[in-house]
Amino acid sequence: MTPAEYYQRDRRIHPPALTPDYKTSVARSPRFSLISLQGSMSEITGPTFGHGDISPIDNDLIKNYAKDGDPIGERIIVHGRVLDENARPVPDTLVEVWQANAGGRYRHKKDSYLAPIDPNFGGCGRTITDADGYYFFRTIKPGAYPWRNWVNNWRPAHIHVSVFGHAFCQRLITQLYFEGDPLIPICPIVQTVPDPEAIDRLTAKLDMNATVPLDSIAYRFDIVLRGRRSTMFENRLEGN
Amino acid sequence: MKVVDARANRPQYLPETASQTAGPYVHIGLAPGAAGFRIFDRELGWDIAGPNAAGERIRVEGVVIDGTGSPVKDVLIEVWQANAAGIYAHPEAGGAVEEGFRGWGRVITDFETGEWGFDTVKPGPVGARARMVSGVSQRVRDSHPDWQGRAQEDSIPMAPHLNLWIVARGINIGLNTRMYFDDEGPANATDPVLNLIEWERRRATLIAKRTLRDGRPVYRFDIRLQGEDETVFFDV
Repeated sequence: MTPAEYYQRDRRIHPPALTPDYKTSVARSPRFSLISLQGSMSEITGPTFGHGDISPIDNDLIKNYAKDGDPIGERIIVHGRVLDENARPVPDTLVEVWQANAGGRYRHKKDSYLAPIDPNFGGCGRTITDADGYYFFRTIKPGAYPWRNWVNNWRPAHIHVSVFGHAFCQRLITQLYFEGDPLIPICPIVQTVPDPEAIDRLTAKLDMNATVPLDSIAYRFDIVLRGRRSTMFENRLEGN
Repeated sequence: MKVVDARANRPQYLPETASQTAGPYVHIGLAPGAAGFRIFDRELGWDIAGPNAAGERIRVEGVVIDGTGSPVKDVLIEVWQANAAGIYAHPEAGGAVEEGFRGWGRVITDFETGEWGFDTVKPGPVGARARMVSGVSQRVRDSHPDWQGRAQEDSIPMAPHLNLWIVARGINIGLNTRMYFDDEGPANATDPVLNLIEWERRRATLIAKRTLRDGRPVYRFDIRLQGEDETVFFDV
């Protein structure tokens, strides 16, 4: 018997493929409808990762590329849980992040923004959630930066987040924003998300209780992946 | 018989986190070596099949093409596949795989040309979901011995395929597609997923072409994001 399927994705909370205000999407968006598939073994399985795949320092972006000191910038902790739509924790799943440095510059050979590279900051990290779906990173708050879309667009400070879940159909890449950033409502990439509440959920909230006094300020960011059907009625073929 | 009241224990559903584009610097997070620096002891996704996997060793190559006909040079593709016996490296897959076989990989393009490629083993057929099959016509079912008399079972095979997930700047939510093999004609003809695609000429967009290079099989699979012969993408 094939194990249970996942809930169908609610496409109304995700950005559509074609979002003309984000110009790059225009030539990179399929025009035909997606073909909807029931989850077969190909969709309800997915890669698994273990602690042998990563190193303990990988989730500390302040230290994981430090050469002769700590990177410049506001020291922050980003933490939260990976849950599914049933509010159950997603344990043992790989979470990867990448971001610009405090000046808004990426360590990437294709980024030529005039803000300088920080010699002590790589800008990527990864971790595996614990049994409660909990994860955390320590990093530097990324800076806003300009990008070519309209003449004068600026990305709000953000961290890219990649999550696997336990099935290939749960695979998700998103971006985390910071509560109170005035660039959020005017960013064409943020605004590809049609649902204001969904945008609010992409905004990490200041979490004073997790702040380390005199050291690092904390933000909370929970991630929700697709949930899974109960196996209760798995043998009953609807419509047959 | 005990009747379950669905309202009891009704879970508090949470809405899924919305997707956002992976952006132009996806390599920093997922393939930092390509971004131009070394940070992790081990980057993930560079060895799909491992040294012990049975089956035919193949290479897969292609380019992702945008609506203007230009190569997409900053794309990242993830691959998820079964081994040669049709088993996924997953605890619910119903079997074991060879040691070192992960069935998952990541590939990025050459920044100058947009060409990508990876080495793996050719997967075997995988069972389909019964209700997936119900969209397939009786004529198709009757035409293949594997299907006769078992059209509503989970064990109906899907033709060998790779599952691909494509992210890039300008792609707001990862695109799922499948790559099938052109030397699997009979299996492709009865594959329930290919047969779900109403327009027969669009099915060809999912079938990679086999050639030999120095005696080694290479499959070519170009992905067209839009325009003529737009690749079929799935809502999985």
